[in-house]
Amino acid sequence: MTRLARTAMIAVPLAFLAVFFLYPVATIIGRGLWPDGTLDLDPIVDVVGDASQREVVWFTLWQAALSTVLTLAVGLPAAYAFSRFWFPGVGLVRSLVVVPFVLPTLVVSSAFLALGMEPSLGAILVAHVFFNYAVVVRTVGGLWAHLDPHQEEAARMLGASRVRAFTAITLPALRPAIFAAAAIVFLFTFTSFGVVLVLGGPTRSTLETEIYRQTAQLLDLETAAALSIVQLLAVIALLVVTERLAGRRGVALSLRAARDVGRRPRTLGERLFVAANLLVALVLLGGPLAVLVARSFDTASGVGLAHYRALGELRASSALFVPPDQAIVNSLLYALAAMALAVVIGGLAAFAIVRTRRAGAVDTALTLPLGVSAVTVGFGFLIALDEPPLDLRTSWILVPIAQALVAIPFVVRLTTPVLRSIDPSLREAAATLGASPRRVWREIDLPIGARAIAVAGGFAFAIALGEFGATVFLARPDRPTLPVVIYRLLGQPGAAPFGAAMAASVILLVLAAVSIAVVERARVADTGVF
Amino acid sequence: MLTSVLQRLVRNAVALVLATCLAGVGLAITTPTAHAAPTVGGDRDVTLRLVTHDSFSVSKKVLREFTKRTGIDVEVLPAGDAGATLNQVILTKDDPIGDVLFGVDNTFLSRALREDIFLPAEVANLAHVPPEFRLDPENRAIPIDHGAVCVNYDKEWFAEHDRPVPETLDDLLEVGDLLVVENPATSSPGLAFLLATIAHFGDGWRDAWARLRDAGVEVVNGWEEAFNGSFTAGEGNGDKPLVVSYASSPPVAVHFADPPPDESPIGTALGTCFDQIEFAGVLRGTEHPREARKLVNFMLSKRFQEDVPLQMFVFPVRSDAKLPPVFERFAEIPPAPFTLPPDEIDRNREQWIDEWTDTVLR
Repeated sequence: MTRLARTAMIAVPLAFLAVFFLYPVATIIGRGLWPDGTLDLDPIVDVVGDASQREVVWFTLWQAALSTVLTLAVGLPAAYAFSRFWFPGVGLVRSLVVVPFVLPTLVVSSAFLALGMEPSLGAILVAHVFFNYAVVVRTVGGLWAHLDPHQEEAARMLGASRVRAFTAITLPALRPAIFAAAAIVFLFTFTSFGVVLVLGGPTRSTLETEIYRQTAQLLDLETAAALSIVQLLAVIALLVVTERLAGRRGVALSLRAARDVGRRPRTLGERLFVAANLLVALVLLGGPLAVLVARSFDTASGVGLAHYRALGELRASSALFVPPDQAIVNSLLYALAAMALAVVIGGLAAFAIVRTRRAGAVDTALTLPLGVSAVTVGFGFLIALDEPPLDLRTSWILVPIAQALVAIPFVVRLTTPVLRSIDPSLREAAATLGASPRRVWREIDLPIGARAIAVAGGFAFAIALGEFGATVFLARPDRPTLPVVIYRLLGQPGAAPFGAAMAASVILLVLAAVSIAVVERARVADTGVF
Repeated sequence: MLTSVLQRLVRNAVALVLATCLAGVGLAITTPTAHAAPTVGGDRDVTLRLVTHDSFSVSKKVLREFTKRTGIDVEVLPAGDAGATLNQVILTKDDPIGDVLFGVDNTFLSRALREDIFLPAEVANLAHVPPEFRLDPENRAIPIDHGAVCVNYDKEWFAEHDRPVPETLDDLLEVGDLLVVENPATSSPGLAFLLATIAHFGDGWRDAWARLRDAGVEVVNGWEEAFNGSFTAGEGNGDKPLVVSYASSPPVAVHFADPPPDESPIGTALGTCFDQIEFAGVLRGTEHPREARKLVNFMLSKRFQEDVPLQMFVFPVRSDAKLPPVFERFAEIPPAPFTLPPDEIDRNREQWIDEWTDTVLR
């Protein structure tokens, strides 16, 4: 690969980040700290000096840390069970675990309340595990599915215990993926909004809910800017530390096709292990989802489809009404556009990152949007992107762009561990045989990375379907997606809108499951390659 | 083998690019067709952007009538809750994202006027609006609808338990254990109810809330959780028969029930209400001030005013606007709701919320 191509690969993602993230965020923070054109750092001093604000920062940090540890504890065994063992339906299980990801937090949180949970720290943690389980299962499992089992077997044969073989061979190989997943889970729970608001109750607030209150309710941009800076510093510190811990370079691994690696569980212990993980997934993910499904069919006149019919009838006279089929189409189109953006930009970044020395900085920068308040980004768009050629404030294009900002880190973090694990001797061999650098990249890096990118694409699609982050704060012409329809219905009293919101949630859930399964299927074709 | 992979990749990439283009085209063609509506009259090709909160709604028919009569198209831009919407407009006031703003209520009115976001709009239909709604003497903020935040009760629960229904804020102090309220820091009905207690109890409001707290009043962050989760007559398995909601909740519960019952399952404690008036205004900096005033005037037409109850579940400000039957029959309009001057609310909002938090949650 030429120097020019490499520069271009890294320039495109960085430019995207600069225009659609750094510039808007800097503008809104600047508005808070330079109110009359002179720098005023008092708000930061006030925030740091305020005991209740310090408490908010502290609670935000430790609930996120605890959520991350718990998610890893539940997710890592599942990553192993669903990637190393083959059993009927394992592909489906791997697709279905992503479904919680797309559901509006408000809907899921109300399902947790309906299961008898009281607002508490425990409720927040369980909901965070529910939402982020898939991140660990897919990020770590994605690499695990392709680790050559012969290395571990060889170690066992040479006399290493099972534990020793795992810690000496497998764990180092998985380390980058584990840290990548942990960082993403931490950032998601660090900026969690709906879950904290509903399941935390009125006594718990986090940086995210506080920034929302200061910006959207009180219009205290000074305090909001100070809180955003605290949030940014915490996120940067975390990313730098995980980057160090994960190790700059992945270990070169010999990867194999998933179908050569996966095997049927043989012993009773293995069967029990797989069964136990299926059970955890079923209870943890299935419980709240079952509540939604049950509520969507529970009508005044018994079990029926009334709520689904109501979606097309309720409020049909309103100028803002959108028929459910149109909402589905809108959701799919936005998700498709966001996925395309994320895959192209994140993919370029991933290929560039494994080839540069400043990889850590690029990776960290691209991950920042996950850790910055959606309100900050949304309001930042509003005041920064207001002049031609970037007068995009009320343009539909901002929606997939905002979604892509959140999805790009997934693409980068799912892809780089795989790319880094490519055995350099493979590239060297190709070079020795006379392949040009460009050809080496095209024939080795690209095919291997493509598979990981496909998984990441599925995630990107799910993220966009679920309307994460700043999109919530964008004033846009009325082309509502399913999550928007759900939020509107939930805002109205009465049995009918509530039931219809549940029905819309179930449709969203099915839509997510089907589209993710389709993405997965597209991927199967590529897995036989190496 | 690698070449076949490459071919597949290229195919996938082409498919991806095509998909992106399709998505773009799809979004372009699904743009609301209202734009393409034929224009008649003098205001050819003007499209007004109406910035509003997520609860705004109007009948298709009514909006189409406006376009037919004036030739002006209207694009609705929902921008979040009432606070977020107003703040977005304030932040962009030098280069507004819309021509008309709807949805500033009396708790936010002072902020809107102080930031000087509206042009005066002394529209003709204002003549039909009773003076008690016209809070801005300069007619920049034009009243469109009003509602009331009130305590609602579950009729069946009180009948079954043979308990008297609380009617006033003083009555409520005796039954704090039965009540669920919203956090005023995160919810606008929550804030309105706090303001009702301040208007009624004066300086004694902290003591009143301390009594409610000691009795075990439940606090949640949002209206959805309170009404659909904790309220016994809501959709969850709640255990509170009293909830802070709206005077319009009883008719709305009937409207959305299937089949409609003869009586609303919920009632309103009329002595607990806080007055909410919603305003619209022409945004300073609009390129179409004349057309924007026409839209505001239309919002005060009988046609629009009579459409308001079943679209937004609030009451029209025009007293000659006829209410729909379900409102006529099931809605009770509080005779003397509590209120506070907008500038007093604006001055004290943050401090009151902080004091409330210290009293009730700490």
